[in-house]
Amino acid sequence: MKLIIAIIKPDRLEAVKQELYNAEVNLITVSEVLGHGRQMGVTEIYRGVKEVGNLLRKIRLEIAVNEDFVESTISAILRGAQTGQIGDGKIFVLDLVECVRIRTEERGGEAIG
Amino acid sequence: MRSLILLCVCLFILITLGTVNAQPAVSYPATDAHPIATQTSPPPPATPKVDTGDATWVLISAALVMLMTPGLAFFYGGMVGRKNVLGILMQCFIILCLVSVLWVLFGYSLSFAPGKGFWGGFQWVGLKGIGFEPYTDYGPTIPHQLFAVFQMMFAIITPALIIGAFAERMKFSAFLLFIVLWTTFVYTPICHWVWGVGGWLKEMGVLDFAGGIVVHISAGITALMTAIFIGKRNGAAKKAILPHNLPFTVLGTGLLWFGWFGFNAGSALGMNSVAVNAFLVTNTSGAAAGLTWAIIDWIFQEKPTMLGTATGAVGGLAAITPAAGFVDVFSAFVIGAVASAICYIAVTLVKPRLGYDDALDVFGVHCIGGVWGVLATGLFASKAVNPAGADGLFFGNPKLFLIQLTAAAVTLAYGFIASLIIYKFVDLTLKVRVKEKDELMGLDLTQHHENAYTILE
Repeated sequence: MKLIIAIIKPDRLEAVKQELYNAEVNLITVSEVLGHGRQMGVTEIYRGVKEVGNLLRKIRLEIAVNEDFVESTISAILRGAQTGQIGDGKIFVLDLVECVRIRTEERGGEAIG
Repeated sequence: MRSLILLCVCLFILITLGTVNAQPAVSYPATDAHPIATQTSPPPPATPKVDTGDATWVLISAALVMLMTPGLAFFYGGMVGRKNVLGILMQCFIILCLVSVLWVLFGYSLSFAPGKGFWGGFQWVGLKGIGFEPYTDYGPTIPHQLFAVFQMMFAIITPALIIGAFAERMKFSAFLLFIVLWTTFVYTPICHWVWGVGGWLKEMGVLDFAGGIVVHISAGITALMTAIFIGKRNGAAKKAILPHNLPFTVLGTGLLWFGWFGFNAGSALGMNSVAVNAFLVTNTSGAAAGLTWAIIDWIFQEKPTMLGTATGAVGGLAAITPAAGFVDVFSAFVIGAVASAICYIAVTLVKPRLGYDDALDVFGVHCIGGVWGVLATGLFASKAVNPAGADGLFFGNPKLFLIQLTAAAVTLAYGFIASLIIYKFVDLTLKVRVKEKDELMGLDLTQHHENAYTILE
């Protein structure tokens, strides 16, 4: 089991969701986060007070998958999120130790799907 | 370099003001050189004299109408994405500042100074010679200066109505230029045609009590034009862009409704039977329209919606605007209910088929509601309500309906063509639309370097 965490641009969320549905990955968690990679933030000014290089809004996706879905999930995220410009984000793949579905108490690979 | 240009502009404005003030004062007799009965006021007394009751009501009304523009900012601001809410508030607010200045400099003169049929004269540039003395044609019992201020608030909210159409994608500099040119070349002429001494539609006998033609049709048709030519918002083709804060929209609706009492009842230019009737019919029409939209929603969309009810109320208030001084309360009920139904059709059925992205439905609500209101005035107007008005079709005078129809058609055509020319000029010089990258990041950050909401402190 793997946990895939992807940080993407907010405006790519719709496209990524669509690609994930097409790849039959339906269970995702989405949160709004702030991030700062190579892409510089936008200067903000409040009554002349400058905030330089601020954090930018990003979307964080968390997807838990069984081994045979890892590559298809990654390529779905790539298809949806890639614009070729700086700030497209990153995908992290982590080993997942355990997974429990709360309603049924199923564990492991069964609980993920 | 840019600051140098700005400095020059500021100097130019100051110099213009100075020259205007330095000219020898020429008095323009307030005598009735143009013997046209004002449509909104009782017959003028022999010598115009300020009535404190009348003047107080119009002064308060002017303040009420001023509040509509910040109200509109919240009405619109709630409906856009949260990365664009400051962009909307800023556009409304800067219009409040910008048009206030334009109005004092030349807007009032071009709109209301006695002149040709198309445009007013230049006599009142810089509000020169306008003081406490009433001007018979523009309210014989209120100070002329007060009339100018009251009308200023109308000139402010009208361009502010348009911004809903091009919300979330217009460059700020291009927006400013567009508003300056639009106020000068679209608002002031139309205002003069309908309300100004010598205006050709006024001479023809058109009835527009508080601005169905001048405000709602002119802004609404411009909104349609900009929505067509600026193109869809990024992402609007694939997925509906959802409102980010409907409570803001409802707050804005409340402020608009409140201000509308000044807008319509204040347009009687005094505290009289016409003013009180206008207050009553305004409220009735807005209420009937809000109720109607909620019922339609309930029938066709399963649940009555808050946004629908608010939208309906605004449509009903827009529709009653031209009629407020001429119709009775039962007519107002019909005008509001019908306005809501046709605005609903325009917004939910017609717009998606035609495929333009009028982001916040300015055309569907204000233009459609306004056109209906102007035509409805031709149907329901009654001399029993206002002897200075006229009878409509349902009271045996089909001629008024034809006049109203002509006026609406002419304004629609002029509004569309003139604003299209302005739009193309602005697009050539400044590029109207923001860069795609900026649009995706939002107007708040890219046009104003500010964020409306923080995630982290």
